[in-house]
Amino acid sequence: MEQRIKFLQGNEACVEGALYAGLNFFAGYPITPSTEIAENLSARLPQQGGKFIQMEDEIASMCAIIGASLTGNKVMTATSGPGFSLKQEALGYAVMAEIPCVVVNVQRGGPSTGNPTHVSQGDVMQARWGRHGDQAIVVLTASNNQDVFGMTVEAFNIAETYRTPVVLLLDEAVGHMREKLVIPAAGDIPLVERLKTALKEGIDYHPYLPREDGRLPMSDFGGVHRYNVTGLFHDMWGFPSNNPGVVHGLLRHLVDKINNNANQMARYKEYYLDDADRILISYGSSARSALHVVENRRPRGERLGLLELQTIWPFPDHIVRDKCKDADSVIVVEMNMGQVMQMVKNAVDNPKKVFLANRIDGQLVTPTDIRNILRLIQGQGV
Amino acid sequence: MAVKDYIRERFFPHMWCPGCGHGIVLNSLLRAVERLGMSKNEIVMVSGIGCSSRISGYVDFHTLHTIHGRALAFATGVKLGQPELNIIVPMGDGDALSIGGNHFIHAARRNIDLTAIVMNNRIYGMTGGQYSPLSGYGTMATTAPYSNIDQDFDVVDLSIAAGAAFVARTTVYHAKQMADILMKAIIHEGFSVVEVMTQCPTYFGRKNRAGDAVDMMEHMKEITTPIGSKAKEKNPDLLERGIFVQKEIPEYCQEYERIIERAQADVS
Amino acid sequence: MAKPKLKQHVINREWCKGCGICAHFCPKDVLEMDEKDKAVVKRPEDCICCKLCEIRCPDLALDVETE
Repeated sequence: MEQRIKFLQGNEACVEGALYAGLNFFAGYPITPSTEIAENLSARLPQQGGKFIQMEDEIASMCAIIGASLTGNKVMTATSGPGFSLKQEALGYAVMAEIPCVVVNVQRGGPSTGNPTHVSQGDVMQARWGRHGDQAIVVLTASNNQDVFGMTVEAFNIAETYRTPVVLLLDEAVGHMREKLVIPAAGDIPLVERLKTALKEGIDYHPYLPREDGRLPMSDFGGVHRYNVTGLFHDMWGFPSNNPGVVHGLLRHLVDKINNNANQMARYKEYYLDDADRILISYGSSARSALHVVENRRPRGERLGLLELQTIWPFPDHIVRDKCKDADSVIVVEMNMGQVMQMVKNAVDNPKKVFLANRIDGQLVTPTDIRNILRLIQGQGV
Repeated sequence: MAVKDYIRERFFPHMWCPGCGHGIVLNSLLRAVERLGMSKNEIVMVSGIGCSSRISGYVDFHTLHTIHGRALAFATGVKLGQPELNIIVPMGDGDALSIGGNHFIHAARRNIDLTAIVMNNRIYGMTGGQYSPLSGYGTMATTAPYSNIDQDFDVVDLSIAAGAAFVARTTVYHAKQMADILMKAIIHEGFSVVEVMTQCPTYFGRKNRAGDAVDMMEHMKEITTPIGSKAKEKNPDLLERGIFVQKEIPEYCQEYERIIERAQADVS
Repeated sequence: MAKPKLKQHVINREWCKGCGICAHFCPKDVLEMDEKDKAVVKRPEDCICCKLCEIRCPDLALDVETE
């Protein structure tokens, strides 16, 4: 396929990225502002021989993609806040059973039914800690169509590499905004295909025994290796165990396989950081306003920079610490009450230099909002 | 016995209580699979959570032990993801019809080719004997110490109303019939429901003074009768067992293949 | 079809949990429970090889082998 240029919504850019990455199974349930993803895939997937199913609820959609992943498909579901809450138990199952899958959450305001369907970034911590139990999870985000496309492909690549669910945390503004997308030619972005075991029938296959490089080769249901998949702590064959050594080892593995590879998964963009004395840290649609402020103030001599996070979890502490070490102040721009700001405070040398420029009223945080807060921090009033 | 070829012997003796009917369901199911001559590689068993759901650990198929109530939703993904596979979904009564009730009626409505086995022991056994949606009015449970005022579902009526293409009821006392029905349910193309009345002597039996496993099975013999029997005419309270519905209606995965053809015709 | 002829009952005493279903429902009283609550064969000569014990055994602990 040649490179193509399209004008479309962020949700459609996500669809394009997923199809580019090889998505062939999607299960979903209608919820604004993510529904366009399901609508588009209901038309596009069968054209390529893939499968789309609208399930009876959000929970079932999450469960169905896990089942389909086990038969060798690249799978995805898409939802928004309330639906994301409902998916959490099954998402935890995917963490435990190490099932590659991608879950898109196009965020809207919460809690509960909240502020439908205005923009919010309130699900950063839900994505991280929404499930019971210790665990690690990968969460990616993006601020424009090109990056939505790229991060969607990245989400599939990470899911397959590490045998893990990946959450793509978009927001209403990004999902519904229309702009240009350049769809790269096939092969321009490398794709990670599922690692499958080479073991022949009759050889003892261990679905949960990592290779030396940490990857776990899979075997599709229906293949020659019959094994067990469970949400219980389990041994290397997938059979339940509450042996303390097995429990400890598995939990360690689940957390380490993500956290020890945080560097490889860290995606970010930086603008004018080299000499910046004030650094904005942002992500998703807020990062667009933040970038506007930076580009607007730079010509006036203000040494302002922007660090745009694209990997939120595992949180790139070392990158934040390193980039912000010489800054006088760090201003986190987000549409929640400081969920990423707390992480930035934990990461930097001096938490007192970290400030929050936010909006929580369902309106996009604007360059003016950010400018006003910058002035306040400097004691200049609004 | 050849059915041993279908189990993971290293996990036996199993974890179920003495006299638990779930072992008889396992026994009959293995016989059904054996008689069908199916390859173990083409069978996926998907289960949820509870005593019943532990069945998936004991069979040497592809096995997916999922979360409470959601087995049919996982199974739907497995089936649509790879329609060649035969999917068997054993569930407890609480698993299938309380927490999983929505998935149950929608899988039936969708008519996707899965075999749902409701192992109905009328109690939550794993958690120690709380009433389930099938316990029925007047039963005793740890959460109904003054007797249960919840009415129960009739699994057969519910399944028929939800559109299931194959609906049957049997009991562990009638193990030969159970194997026969399970066989037919598995080969039926569409959503099949088999309610198997089974006993929990440990909790339901004790709480309701129903005796031991043997007494509870004798009771199943007494309160059931073949569909359309003379006995039913005389005593309408008898529960019928046998195959209530067996109809050919469009199966979901086959229908989806036609959607693919239509979508591809649109593109070309 | 010729009547099946009994070779032997094979009872796996490790798997048998002693529920007594096999002995109770045996139409010919071939089986009994011993002092350890395990199924044992008392009257093999009466066995008609109906295998009801085998198919109703919740523990998969009993095989009726025929010739």
